[in-house]
Amino acid sequence: MTGPNPATIGATSGGRTGRELEVLRSGPLSTVQDLGRTGLAATGVGVSGAADRRSLRLANRLVGNTEGAAAVEVTLGGLWVRARSTLVVALTGASFPVTVDGRTAASHTVLTLGNGSELRVGQCRTGMRGYLAVRGGVEVPPVLGSRATDTLAGLGPRPLEVGSVLPVGEPHGGFPRVDAAPIATPPGGDLTLSVRLGPRQDWFTREALRRLLGEPFVVTQDSDRVGMRLSGPSLPRRETGELPSEGMVGGALQVPPDGRPTLCLADHPVTGGYPVIAVVPSAHLPTAAQARPGQRLWFRAVEESEP
Amino acid sequence: MRILPCADSGLLVELDDLDQVLALHAALTERTLPGVVDLVPAARTLLVSLDPEHADRRALVEVIREAPLTGGELVDRGLLTVPVVYDGADLGEVSRLTGLSRREVVRAHTGTEWRVAFGGFAPGFGYLVGGDPRLEVPRRGESRTSVPAGSVGLAGKFSGVYPKASPGGWQLIGRTELEIWRTDRDPPALLRPGVRVRFEEGS
Repeated sequence: MTGPNPATIGATSGGRTGRELEVLRSGPLSTVQDLGRTGLAATGVGVSGAADRRSLRLANRLVGNTEGAAAVEVTLGGLWVRARSTLVVALTGASFPVTVDGRTAASHTVLTLGNGSELRVGQCRTGMRGYLAVRGGVEVPPVLGSRATDTLAGLGPRPLEVGSVLPVGEPHGGFPRVDAAPIATPPGGDLTLSVRLGPRQDWFTREALRRLLGEPFVVTQDSDRVGMRLSGPSLPRRETGELPSEGMVGGALQVPPDGRPTLCLADHPVTGGYPVIAVVPSAHLPTAAQARPGQRLWFRAVEESEP
Repeated sequence: MRILPCADSGLLVELDDLDQVLALHAALTERTLPGVVDLVPAARTLLVSLDPEHADRRALVEVIREAPLTGGELVDRGLLTVPVVYDGADLGEVSRLTGLSRREVVRAHTGTEWRVAFGGFAPGFGYLVGGDPRLEVPRRGESRTSVPAGSVGLAGKFSGVYPKASPGGWQLIGRTELEIWRTDRDPPALLRPGVRVRFEEGS
């Protein structure tokens, strides 16, 4: 019930060169992502899409796409692709070493790949996810209005694998005027994330709220596009009853009975049965999505008037 | 009614019961509300998901507070007959919990018309209400790590059909061959809010 296998997409082209990217190595997880699906929550379909939407938008702007065009989300690196025609690409997000045909290139810049050129994305030094946008956009067939791979729901194209061929759309619109974006790469040390308490902070003890805002948490290995499991102080509940499942937003800090919170990311379930103690505001979600296992997080409460 | 903020990404409206949820859902669905990207009804809450750049939260709170909380009848989206083989792993446990024989459980489950109240949990999953009150059973003490696609279960006052293999904690009473979720079909979900459901015993 998953979407079509990208390995078969464009495979009909045979020896002909088309506007395509061929995957030579996929790294631990590379998926096609755009800005996801909205309006389908009543049938249990979540938004999905890029975990770090700011970086996806930037990558698309650099190559002159609309901001929501589909691109490849690379996790930690290890993605190698070959252009099957002349293609214009840009890589944003985490701080990755990049080479084109063995020569060092730069992320956050516009790169032109000749027909047959190989782009290799190495292991990122800081951050977690990168976005490889290609001028014209990745044009796998959309599923329910989006090309995003929802890893929880099993919607959209399967994660990329060796031999996957990604069709690339025709460019439209003018070529962008900038060729580099001076963006700070994600920091490697402690991260501070803003949170707004609620909607269910009254399910927790005062001590839990004090720990949440006063002690550090560590991103565990048990983290993916669905959410990040955090280790650190336990967040004890005041209410011990069962919460009827309710809708959740991205950035929600959901606390299961063991008291260890999970921070919901792009593929989080539409509803959840554990109370949400606090929510990371939308502007800080890209920062959260770049936190990697082992990194320390501090939460800082914001008032309604703050962004 | 309590309106609980989810940072700038949503407003969680807590209501007294499912009828109020359905009434508010119906009232908000009828209106064009700038910045509202989705509505997520559940048993006692309605989540109003927001695009922070386009939502006027203060105006929305006003609209929510003034919406009628009665008369939220579900739109009738027709009747779906779901053939079920009643051989679920928890049929014996449901029989023990309800004090009904296995035959009586089956008769009770097939004896009323259910309707989909809301979704969530997984794509294509619908929470069905309107069942025989004798069938109210708690979730299993421990969730199963994998429940097969098509499994028909009970939990609380709800019944449901697992659209695909997934973890789950409902009491399983049977299974259906009907593909309730297909992304190559429009609409992909057979069990959408408002669909009426008759379970029918098959062999």
